[in-house]
Amino acid sequence: MIWNVPFITVALLIAIGLYAVMFKRNLIKIAIGITIIESGVNLFLITLGYRKGGVAPIYTNLPSGVKVPEGMVLPVPQALTLTSIVIGVAVLALMLSFIMKMYQHNKSLDSHSRRLKG
Amino acid sequence: MIYNEAIPAILIGLPLLAAFITPIINLASRKARNAFVIAVLAIEELLIILLAWHVFTDGIVIYTMGAKNPSIVPLQAAVPIRIVLEIDGMAAFMGLISCTVAMAAGIYSIAFIKEGNGKSRYYTLLLIMLAGMLGMEFTGDLFNLFVFLEILSIASCGLIAYRQHADAVEGAFKYLVVSNIAALFVLFAIALFYAQYDLLNIAAIAKVMQYTQLDKIALVLLVAAFAMKCGAVPMHFWAPDSYSTAPAAITAMLVAASQASLYALFRVCFTLYGSLMDYQTIGLAIIIFGLLSMFIGVTMALPQKDIKRLMAYHAISQTGYMLLGVGVGLYLLGSSDFNVYGIKAMEGGIFHIINHAMYKGLLFLTAGAIYYRLGTRNLNEMGGLGHTMKFTSIFFIIGALAIAGIPPFNGFASKLLIYEACYKVSPILSIVAMLVSVLTLASFIKVFHSAFMGPKMHDVKEVPKSMLIGMAVLTFVIIFFGLFPGWVVSHIVHPAVMALVDKTAYINAVMGG
Amino acid sequence: MLETGFGYWDAIAWIVAFIVICIVVYIIRGFGKREHRKEAEEPFFSGVELPDEKVHVKASNIYWGFIESMKGYYDVMKKMHDGIINNYISWFIFIAVLLLIILFAPEVIP
Repeated sequence: MIWNVPFITVALLIAIGLYAVMFKRNLIKIAIGITIIESGVNLFLITLGYRKGGVAPIYTNLPSGVKVPEGMVLPVPQALTLTSIVIGVAVLALMLSFIMKMYQHNKSLDSHSRRLKG
Repeated sequence: MIYNEAIPAILIGLPLLAAFITPIINLASRKARNAFVIAVLAIEELLIILLAWHVFTDGIVIYTMGAKNPSIVPLQAAVPIRIVLEIDGMAAFMGLISCTVAMAAGIYSIAFIKEGNGKSRYYTLLLIMLAGMLGMEFTGDLFNLFVFLEILSIASCGLIAYRQHADAVEGAFKYLVVSNIAALFVLFAIALFYAQYDLLNIAAIAKVMQYTQLDKIALVLLVAAFAMKCGAVPMHFWAPDSYSTAPAAITAMLVAASQASLYALFRVCFTLYGSLMDYQTIGLAIIIFGLLSMFIGVTMALPQKDIKRLMAYHAISQTGYMLLGVGVGLYLLGSSDFNVYGIKAMEGGIFHIINHAMYKGLLFLTAGAIYYRLGTRNLNEMGGLGHTMKFTSIFFIIGALAIAGIPPFNGFASKLLIYEACYKVSPILSIVAMLVSVLTLASFIKVFHSAFMGPKMHDVKEVPKSMLIGMAVLTFVIIFFGLFPGWVVSHIVHPAVMALVDKTAYINAVMGG
Repeated sequence: MLETGFGYWDAIAWIVAFIVICIVVYIIRGFGKREHRKEAEEPFFSGVELPDEKVHVKASNIYWGFIESMKGYYDVMKKMHDGIINNYISWFIFIAVLLLIILFAPEVIP
């Protein structure tokens, strides 16, 4: 049961992030919600690579008695997660600069005070 | 024909390289930068025509990143396939659309975007957008699809907010939130695939897929996310906001970007899953998305006052036609009726993709021409432009007749295929499609009357030559596809449809044997 | 020539037929009496004299009848298209959950 804790955390993170995006009115809170969803998906990717009792997938200075490559955790999800974190940083930076510009024009951070409708 | 094996990689790499060289050339001279960007876009167009010719005559092209063969992997590697670019008929077809629209938008932007506002950064982002679109369409690897999807949406958001007035930034913000949420759910589905099969290659997953419950969850997430990205009702609300506030040339590129997401949706439904999933349920869901999009798109377009918002609702409505055509094909996938009229419905839907990119791009470029001269997008303030802007009104008439499905333009040919094939499934589909066609014509008559007819109220001149040349590129394709639809369908659309449906050929090209 | 499964469409033949019909219409118009053709340069309006000023119907007023007759539908639609970003994502989650329920229903219901 203890091995399922990361997956439960993933579900909780995505649920909290979706709640923030769907129901919060402040634009910054929406940006934070998107970041929380992204953290949840990254955690899911990392958790998939775990093998029971595995070590880091580095060949030099292995601890003794580790079978190669079955005793290592998978390296591919780690690469995928790094890419996803970088993309998340870029999107967060762009989103925050858009929010700054919207605040300059509209003087309010409310998602209900929008100009385009109909 | 001169064909080199490295053309697929050059097609994606050249815009990326040129994008970052453009600001450096800008330091030297502005005219040199314009010439450089147009040269790169023209080279792209030539290369994609060569590649499409090769694919349509010789079969699927595989380009492996970093090796000669997809199966050369290091010893003790857990993943049996390298990263590949796999270009079959459908991918080459979508590549043609992306490059043509990019060239028209690039030529149009020479005069449309005023100098001195960071125009070299505009061209940088335009070239990155083209690279993102081509990457999404050519890749054979799921995680590559995610990365290029994010590249495309980030570059598009930078371009939508290019002019930084209040509406544009709001439209860009909404597009970014929607794109990012869709991409995160796509990444979640990719993680589900990796968890079960330890593979990321589309052909490899399609070979070993058993349709478990986790695969069902991944299918739902992928279908919903890609349907939201292409503007299917009821997830279409972001489209009018962001299409109307972007610069006109960028809106034409955004239409092509939505169609890249539509391609990803079809790739998932037909090649990744194919006959293993409940294709009747998903096909019915796509048909319902299509019907709702068509009807709600056009009825919301009729009372609009903003010319680009009206055209954005029409883009949603025409996406409904494509979803309807291919949804009927998916619904009939395993049955014997598929060869009788399922293939015809899919040909109609996929032919409509290229027709829509051409005439919708042309209409947005004419709306941009009106904005360039008048400074307003409000239809209430326009009038009598047909007296002086003669070429623009001719291009607008051609675009409006094409979108309404009037012979002899290309809209009629693809809509005829959709009407006749969908009638056999259920008459209601054809009736709604024809009603939507009539309402489309009605709303474009409204725009034509408000903007171009009536007494002369504004004293404007015709738009500069580069904008006319950009519009003429798309008009040439519209007229050519309208006069020779049989040639286009049998040589370009039919191979694309057969490549989309043929799952085993796609798998065998990568996995061998 | 485009072959749909049930018929065919030829754009060149349509253009040729269109030109032939236009020529036929022009010839038939030529059979009219000469003095009537001179007067028929202006179209015939019955009723009151047209005013001389130039009017232009604004875009919001075109199709007033259509929009007025579908008032109920348009009120619902305009209320849904309110521009709030939270509702956009709510619709996406709603559709995803609906599709999940539809796909999993055959297994759950015995």
